[in-house]
Amino acid sequence: MTDLERTFKNGKAFIPFITAGDPSLEITERLIIEMAEAGADLIELGIPFSDPVAEGSVIQQANIRALSSGTTTDKIFEMLRRVRPACDVPIAFMTYANPVFSYGPEKFMKNCSETGVCAVIVPDVPYEERDEFLPYCRKYGVELIHMISPTSNERIRMIARDAGGFLYCVSSLGVTGIRERIGDDVIEMIKLVKEISDIPCAVGFGISDPEQAKHFCKVSDGVIVGSAIVKIVEQYRENCVPYVKEYVMKMKQAIL
Amino acid sequence: MPTGRFGVHGGQYVPETLMKALIELEQAYIRSQNDPRFQAELDYLLKNYAGRPSLLYYAEKMTSELGGAKIYLKREDLNHTGSHKINNVLGQALLAKYMGKKRVIAETGAGQHGVATATAAALLGLECDIYMGREDTERQALNVYRMELLGARVHPVDSGTKTLKDAVNETLREWTRCIDTTHYVIGSVMGPHPFPTIVRDFQSIIGREVKKQITELEGRLPDVLLACIGGGSNAIGLFYDFIKDRSVRLIGCEAAGKGVDTFETAATMTVGKLGIFHGMKSYFCQDEYGQIAPVYSISAGLDYPGVGPEHAYLKDIGRAEYVAVTDDEAVNAFEYLSKVEGIIPAVESAHAVAYAMKLAPRMDNDKIIVINLSGRGDKDVAAIARYRGVRIHD
Repeated sequence: MTDLERTFKNGKAFIPFITAGDPSLEITERLIIEMAEAGADLIELGIPFSDPVAEGSVIQQANIRALSSGTTTDKIFEMLRRVRPACDVPIAFMTYANPVFSYGPEKFMKNCSETGVCAVIVPDVPYEERDEFLPYCRKYGVELIHMISPTSNERIRMIARDAGGFLYCVSSLGVTGIRERIGDDVIEMIKLVKEISDIPCAVGFGISDPEQAKHFCKVSDGVIVGSAIVKIVEQYRENCVPYVKEYVMKMKQAIL
Repeated sequence: MPTGRFGVHGGQYVPETLMKALIELEQAYIRSQNDPRFQAELDYLLKNYAGRPSLLYYAEKMTSELGGAKIYLKREDLNHTGSHKINNVLGQALLAKYMGKKRVIAETGAGQHGVATATAAALLGLECDIYMGREDTERQALNVYRMELLGARVHPVDSGTKTLKDAVNETLREWTRCIDTTHYVIGSVMGPHPFPTIVRDFQSIIGREVKKQITELEGRLPDVLLACIGGGSNAIGLFYDFIKDRSVRLIGCEAAGKGVDTFETAATMTVGKLGIFHGMKSYFCQDEYGQIAPVYSISAGLDYPGVGPEHAYLKDIGRAEYVAVTDDEAVNAFEYLSKVEGIIPAVESAHAVAYAMKLAPRMDNDKIIVINLSGRGDKDVAAIARYRGVRIHD
């Protein structure tokens, strides 16, 4: 069984996001271990980028904190090599095209496969540009995660047909960030996907509380939560680990 | 070449949410090209509202002072709103209207593109929001007020380096929020396909006019075309119609800031490397891990870490040359053109003037240089005074 198959076999998946190096890579290392213990089915680990255009202000600030603490792609891979013997939780990277491109996509995917990173999510590489990284992903057994959004409409079939691993379903228009109310567009989107494919669907963008998670898990196979966790990291900094752990437990419980 | 590619450059590297809008825009643009009503309306506005064709002026005093090639100035500074930006903005705003959009948004650096967008929005009855780096709102305060006078809302951007790059980030973010009602009027030949092509087409009127005008005046094509380049819209506008005329040298003048050997530079072609950012593959100033570099130039309009994909391609194939011009050289040229020709150029355009001052004396006096005077310099007077340590009250 692959890591991503493992992610979605344990009921509905809870997928927390953190930015690597926020506030430091030592804390990231502990967060990975503790979130895994708290029930995270897949951890989405952000590689910080100077200009994260798909992010709202909370994750933008996390990117700045991570870069100011000296985080680099190489140091993130080193951290993963340290964490791996102790923890086998599935991990996916979330980053932008340029950090992968400038690192060299071949070397990047090779390092991913060596450090147990099973997937990469690159929001500024849409379906049309997938060949930028897909050949290297295939070569090293790393899934390139496709995204669908409320504007995808007729594109959903095309994207879902080719998608591997899971489908990242963007809940609403705009950038990442906590939303009090999220429309039900995504529910219709997932129904359309399920008509043509049995690929797992995870909903992200805006989800922060257990009720929202529970609501979307009625139709989806999991939920992704970023800004709400990053806010806890921002608030407690070096002392954030127990608070994040508690939050992850609460969210996972809600969707069991 | 595949659609939207210029060699390896270009493409559509944007979040999925924006793809629908880009596809619709491309379709609407193709329709507009074959729509005589659209073309007639645009031609009318360019002529009667923007003041086209702009003059091609023989800078006789400058020519004799420098003692070399004959220098012509393409007077885009005389357009309504004071720069070449109006050419693109009228086209895109009209396109937005034909697409049924109610609102336009735009980034701006120096404020020229913001002013032009606000102007077109006022004219065509569209709502308008402009995103501008906080630092730029301070160094171009007058343009902020100008945009507000025109009915636009100006949003200072506090993220990152608080300049043009961050204004683009914020406008892209805003676009993902309101994609159904809003058109993003990108100000340069950058961003995802189809923007580099659309903006180039709307700006290429500059070069077409120059070709006609210089043929009438001199009976032949020029030897050198000079234009400043940030994203590259006025440069491609001038170059495009001459790309197939191999005898014409095309030279883009980018902002070296305090020097290409310092970190305070925006000379993408000189110090940048291949990357993917702001929707396109092109050259970018960046560090070894692909983090986009904070760039610097005295000119807010050239203070951008990337360059349009078609320029990157013209560089790759050796059809165009790109040189770097420092703040000091640009400010000297700003003062020089003011004194010698009585024309105060935008500090952006002064980069091209500065290179002409180096190049013209080394050329024979039967050679011809055309400089794109992309904008007027009123907006820069206060900043140049500060640069010279002169205290004035605005």
